[in-house]
Amino acid sequence: MKTVNQHGWLFVLPVLLLVAFNALVPLMTVVNYSVQETFGNNQFFWVGLRWFEEILQSERFHAALGRQMLFTVTILIIEIPLGVAIALAMPRRGFWVPVCLVLMSLPLLIPWNVVGAMWNIFTLPDIGLLGYTLNNVLGIDYNMTQDPLAAWITVIVMDVWHWTSLVVLLSYAGLISIPEAYYQAAKIDGASNWSVFRHIQLPKMKRVLTIAVLLRFMDSFNIYTEPFVLTGGGPGNSTTLLSIDLVKVALGQFDLGPAAAMSLIYFAITLAVSWLFYTLMTRDDR
Amino acid sequence: MKPRYLVPIIYILFLLLPIYWLIAMSFKTTNEILGGFSLFPQNFTLDNYRTIFTESVWYWGYFNSILYVSLNTVISLIAALPAAYAFSRYSFIGDKHLFFWLLTNRMAPAAVFALPFFQLYSSVGLFDTHLAVALAHCLFNIPLAVWILEGFMSSVPKELDETAYVDGYSFHRFFITVFIPSIKAGVGVAAFFCFMFSWVELLLAKTLTAVDAKPIAATMTRTASSAGYELGLLAAAGVLTIIPGAIVIYFVRNYIAKGFALGRV
Repeated sequence: MKTVNQHGWLFVLPVLLLVAFNALVPLMTVVNYSVQETFGNNQFFWVGLRWFEEILQSERFHAALGRQMLFTVTILIIEIPLGVAIALAMPRRGFWVPVCLVLMSLPLLIPWNVVGAMWNIFTLPDIGLLGYTLNNVLGIDYNMTQDPLAAWITVIVMDVWHWTSLVVLLSYAGLISIPEAYYQAAKIDGASNWSVFRHIQLPKMKRVLTIAVLLRFMDSFNIYTEPFVLTGGGPGNSTTLLSIDLVKVALGQFDLGPAAAMSLIYFAITLAVSWLFYTLMTRDDR
Repeated sequence: MKPRYLVPIIYILFLLLPIYWLIAMSFKTTNEILGGFSLFPQNFTLDNYRTIFTESVWYWGYFNSILYVSLNTVISLIAALPAAYAFSRYSFIGDKHLFFWLLTNRMAPAAVFALPFFQLYSSVGLFDTHLAVALAHCLFNIPLAVWILEGFMSSVPKELDETAYVDGYSFHRFFITVFIPSIKAGVGVAAFFCFMFSWVELLLAKTLTAVDAKPIAATMTRTASSAGYELGLLAAAGVLTIIPGAIVIYFVRNYIAKGFALGRV
């Protein structure tokens, strides 16, 4: 049982101030822009909810949102089961455990634009390792700067390459916290591998998997740098995800009002989905 | 060897292929890269690395990055330690809401905040300083640090606190000389994640800097576009950005998995 102690607020104060400075001031700026029209020179006019209405009805936003959903759902469907499978197959103790963990963590530690640049040189049609192998050894016609499908597959493979390790680390952490006695009991009962997974390992991994899905959802929904460096949103608009579209509106066209309204809608979607998932997954716990 | 070990082995090979290609590229001359495909560098050259270590634009990029990342890690930990203690030991009005609010700050797309951040930090006179980037990265690093540290602290029995008070320790002395050492693994893990997320983030770092505090990753994109198609140089700079992370991860390899397992959600 925790002690009721309102001094807790004093302990939390530094964190509160630092995060509030970074979160509330910019958020209020965005809210301000979202209800105003500007023609430069710091002149602003009140337009109410016009930007919100326009964006919610615009086909461009629907298209970007659709691409974003498709991207996030695809990478979650691939990365979560793949990460769990790899964690299950890893050795539980011994010399190779730290070796695996260090090697697998490498992609997580590479700056995001380097990830994009790296995949760019990896996939160049005639001089990149992957591009060359696909085109000249396997005879598959591959050029992601021309073909939207190839660009999509490349962006997804890059994300799987970049982030599956996070799911592996989390699932593995869940797995090694299971006491040996559970497995022995299962063995005595003659449980199959599947039922060990279904009734012992999966429930024990539920907490960490919740974190994994949440982190992957939030981060993939906000993804910007890697696909921007890799494809620039192209060919055409085919890989223009929400953040890329947003930056195009905000900094490319300098339409601050619509861009701000768009970011608030975007933020609200992320918040709502995360909250819903979080509540559903933790409902049974308390 | 058990056949199931093939799964992690194949996965690791898949991870290493693009990294190998980056390393191979960094030892090639521009002519060789553009001239055609070769699996290994034919005219092995260190020129790309020499350029980086002799031109101040390049090596200052590394110093800048390392400086603001370290600064951010220190600020995040100092602020997060007492907060995590409060969340783990005390119950106070609004504690659960506060905890969830902290976590929501990870959900805000950085692209949304880029422009307001630029205005905010310009108006307080911190634009283009290391401190600006370090403070801005607190937005997503502090919540993460609080979350990880809280998990570790909750696994320390409360009796430790009580025994210390009975022995006549003041709170400060107890916290610094007894409590923090007892969760040093957790501090290590939290430091690692702060380092990692600050090191890989570029959008905010790029927005908040111009010359004096420009991060290495931003130097890469700008130089690459202004100097044409210097893939070898770009690759060498990329390889060098992997090294600090690899060193840090080696030191905390045994704690990483544990850090997440103990976190609360």
